[in-house]
Amino acid sequence: MLRFAMRRLLASIPTLLVLITLAFFMMRLAPGGPFDKERSLLPEIEAAINAAYHLDEPLWQQYLRYMGGLLRGDLGPSFQYAGFSVSELIAQGFPVSLAIGLSSMVLALLIGGAAGIWAAMRQNRFGDWSVMTLSMAGISLPSYVIAPLMILLFAVTLHWLPAGGWEQGRYQDMLMPVLALALPQIAYIARLMRGSMIEVLRSNFIRTARAKGLPEHRVILRHALKPAMMPILSFLGPTAAGVITGSVVIEQIFGIPGLGRYFVQAAINRDYTLVLGVVIFYGLLIVLFNFLVDLLYGTLDPRVRAE
Amino acid sequence: MSRLPQPVLGRSLWQDAWRRLRHNRAALVAGGVLVLLLLAILLGPLFSPHAYDEIDFDSEWGAAPALHDGHLFGTDSVGRDLFSRTLVGGRISLMVGIVSTLVSLLIGVAYGAIAGYYGGRLDQVMMRIVDVLYALPFMFFVILLMVLFGRHLLLIFVAIGAVNWLDMARIVRGQTLSLRRREFIDAAIVSGTPPGQIIRRHIVPNLMGVVVVYATLTIPQVILVESFLSFLGLGVQEPMTSWGALVNDGAREMETIVWPLLFPASFLAVTLLCFNFLGDGLRDALDPKDR
Repeated sequence: MLRFAMRRLLASIPTLLVLITLAFFMMRLAPGGPFDKERSLLPEIEAAINAAYHLDEPLWQQYLRYMGGLLRGDLGPSFQYAGFSVSELIAQGFPVSLAIGLSSMVLALLIGGAAGIWAAMRQNRFGDWSVMTLSMAGISLPSYVIAPLMILLFAVTLHWLPAGGWEQGRYQDMLMPVLALALPQIAYIARLMRGSMIEVLRSNFIRTARAKGLPEHRVILRHALKPAMMPILSFLGPTAAGVITGSVVIEQIFGIPGLGRYFVQAAINRDYTLVLGVVIFYGLLIVLFNFLVDLLYGTLDPRVRAE
Repeated sequence: MSRLPQPVLGRSLWQDAWRRLRHNRAALVAGGVLVLLLLAILLGPLFSPHAYDEIDFDSEWGAAPALHDGHLFGTDSVGRDLFSRTLVGGRISLMVGIVSTLVSLLIGVAYGAIAGYYGGRLDQVMMRIVDVLYALPFMFFVILLMVLFGRHLLLIFVAIGAVNWLDMARIVRGQTLSLRRREFIDAAIVSGTPPGQIIRRHIVPNLMGVVVVYATLTIPQVILVESFLSFLGLGVQEPMTSWGALVNDGAREMETIVWPLLFPASFLAVTLLCFNFLGDGLRDALDPKDR
């Protein structure tokens, strides 16, 4: 197991390197600098600013400096929020995003998984058909369409929930964003779960379990669930990526002070270091998450380790 | 007179697929709706009395849908005709969807077919690259691209296409691997056909089934990405518009007027739904696994 873990860990290093290098050089290749203002600065001042942010060094030196900083968890200073470092800004926004993201992933797994199993047990009947049609709608309705409609219904018309905002993570503030973020993932997971459950239910060991007279719910929960979960497990990586991406819009719509909103603000303000920092941070997060999923997969299915 | 044996008529993959698709009502309806939508988007603005970027000073701003003044969907918050804007925005959304899918198709098919056909170390290296790229948060790279290099429509095509080819490459490679072992490929090799020609003449045409299915399923994904960018204000620029940009505009005013949100949102949702249903139907019809 330890060897397996080491191998997976080593395999994610090139991904990280490509991620950081690509993001770094893309940013430096962009036309125009972050300090291009309409009024030109005095050359001495400009030189001083460039020197302060090490923009006067050759590119490879800046790259190495950035990499060195990364190893120490230092993502450099923000170009727009003077006096703040990128790491500080990320540390401020991330807990909020994490709370919403994790909740919606758990929600997506529970509801999506349950709906998928339910549909698989009624294959090709009305229940199955309705779950599949609903999930198709869930895939086709982007969260930035669902979210405004939810606000319109629950906040503007019914006055049940606040339209947005964030006060120390009250559950009322979390409800709509979490649901809007989870809906597309629920739909994907339900479809995936249905497919894999149907396949598992056809296998021989399920026939054996039924033949020895087990009630259906025990067949499903004790025997079929674990093998049927495996495709869902490998879908967790894309789910995490989807939730993270979705959170960018959702935080914008609901006015949540999370990392996604920083990212959009930074993108619009051309705060290069903050954009770069967030991309790298999210990339790291996804790579780390995929690594954990791989480990879990290896624990549950020994065949993966042997390969 | 002895009767000649009846010749057995071969059925091509496409005839087979069409036979199956005909029985899938959801896919057929979806296809029909898409054709209607396409016609409306292409021809509709020609018949509208108001241009998409023209401010109608005779009408109320944010007027409700009405027949008499020609604003079928009402007007937006600055008095532009919503009907024209929705359809013109649809042109952009669909165009981005189709062109970017074609870009990703070209790259993905070429890459996957080459990796799958040559196999061995080349295949391993090429697929390792795909694995690495696959783990990147690609949406953020598209956003990064848009931020750094400006908001050209062309760049949207390329950016989305260039990051969306990974799925296609994987699928095509898998198919190519299994085609590679078939006799007709051996026959082509034995008769001295150069590899490039084998890939073009023998492999790629046989990939078309899967490619069509995944292209149909990629289009809605790409439309989603574009509308995502436009929603964030990073996509097309005013006065040009797209469904994502319209939804964003509409969402800002939904507490006073809902038309600017509801019309583009439902066009977007219906289009995506239809592409997904059609793609699903095509997959059932063309997937060789069920044959």
